Amino acid sequence: MTGTWWEAVLFWSLGAVAVAAGWAVFRTDSMARATYALAASFVAVGAQVLLLHLDYVGVVTVLMMVMEMAVMAVYMVMFMGMNPALMPMSMVHSRRTSIGLAVGTFLVLGGGALLVPWPTRRGSPAPDLTASLGEAVMGSKMLVMLVVSPVLFATIVSALVLALPRSRYDRLGADLRRRPADDPQPGGVGR
Amino acid sequence: MPEVVAVPPGWAVLAVLLVALAGWWSASLDARVSGGGWSAPVAEVARLLRQRRRTLLAADRLLWRLGGGGLLVVALLMVAVVPLGRWTLADLGVGVVWFNAMDVLVWALVWMAGWGPNSAHALVGGYRFLAQAMAYELPLMFALTAPAVAAGSLRLGDVVAAQQESWFVLRMPVAFAVFCTCVVAFSVRGPFAAAAGTDIAGGVLAEVSGVDRLLLLAGRHALLVAGSAFAVVAFLGGGAGPWLPGWVWTLVKTFALVSVLVVAGRRLPSLRPDRLVEVGWVVLLPLTLLQLLVVSVVVVVG
Repeated sequence: MTGTWWEAVLFWSLGAVAVAAGWAVFRTDSMARATYALAASFVAVGAQVLLLHLDYVGVVTVLMMVMEMAVMAVYMVMFMGMNPALMPMSMVHSRRTSIGLAVGTFLVLGGGALLVPWPTRRGSPAPDLTASLGEAVMGSKMLVMLVVSPVLFATIVSALVLALPRSRYDRLGADLRRRPADDPQPGGVGR
Repeated sequence: MPEVVAVPPGWAVLAVLLVALAGWWSASLDARVSGGGWSAPVAEVARLLRQRRRTLLAADRLLWRLGGGGLLVVALLMVAVVPLGRWTLADLGVGVVWFNAMDVLVWALVWMAGWGPNSAHALVGGYRFLAQAMAYELPLMFALTAPAVAAGSLRLGDVVAAQQESWFVLRMPVAFAVFCTCVVAFSVRGPFAAAAGTDIAGGVLAEVSGVDRLLLLAGRHALLVAGSAFAVVAFLGGGAGPWLPGWVWTLVKTFALVSVLVVAGRRLPSLRPDRLVEVGWVVLLPLTLLQLLVVSVVVVVG
């Protein structure tokens, strides 16, 4: 895509921001800062996608990633033992392996990007890039997606059912007739 | 109605002034309804501008300042895609999703405002807001989807144009009501102010002082204004109305909606976020989905 010079400058600056924020994730000693450094990195990538004129994908990337990180802030306090999430802690685990993996991945991906003969453009961009991207991704794969999504959903539900210490029998009694349900945290509807 | 056109970025100054004006109105009315005088915000602003910043031990200042100041920025970014009559700052093809992404940023910012001061009450406030956000966000998303489906476009100009015959508030009243509720919720006000509740010494407002507090409070009013302006465009016909030009109508409707939300917010009791989650998922979400189904069927059939 031929952009103006300032678009190119902006694109590369956002790339630098994304990398710097990603680096900050591992340099900080605070779980909260690491979380939102990661969010900032993703926001920069989302802005880059916006510059590629994939408006919908770019904005949704920002939306999803910020929401994800906010939810992560809930989980980090819920599930981390002894609550180190609220204390300063190192963000680096298994240092050697991670460095090896990171360098290896970078070399493979970077080498691929440089060595693969990229095809030259044929034709011109579609007027609605998002729609054509959707067509390209989903058009011939719709059946696969239709099969995969219920399976994924069923997996999530069954994982939750297995993980929950309380079952519906705890809530509603052995005959499932107790109303309102016996919940440790009563909801607002009074079911 | 003529097409919505994008104006040069310099007009953003005017947009900021209009948001400030509407925010000031929101603050004054809020003070009046809660038993103070019309001029209470003047005194409060003067007091906060002179107040010294409270410093706290081991506060995460970066995230704290980002959270407090960010709300105002997010509100202005929301307004950037909202057309005023037939002018808009950014004629974004995905304006509806843009608004949605900005309101999700509020999740992060309010939590940061709670995390930053390294104070238990503020942190509880931040988490209360996240619990509340889980309750209102999905109904909000589906309420936003309804006008986009009816207009067949995510561009706000098209959403306004699609309301030539009848305003969307008549065609999708449930989506409008849910959206307005969610606007009050993401501006942490009225019944949804538990994150800043007096029972936890002000929650996210507990430790913040001086200019930071001013920014946080102004951000809440600005969010209410931005949400109302968006509701006017998405549900109340935007600039449609007799005699007066479109931009006047947009402003009149926005001020009216802000007033209704401020007064209603003061009249209703506070809601506990943990109870709200169930209400959001069991009552509001199915309601908005049904509304969306009706709208979609009408679009396909009609």
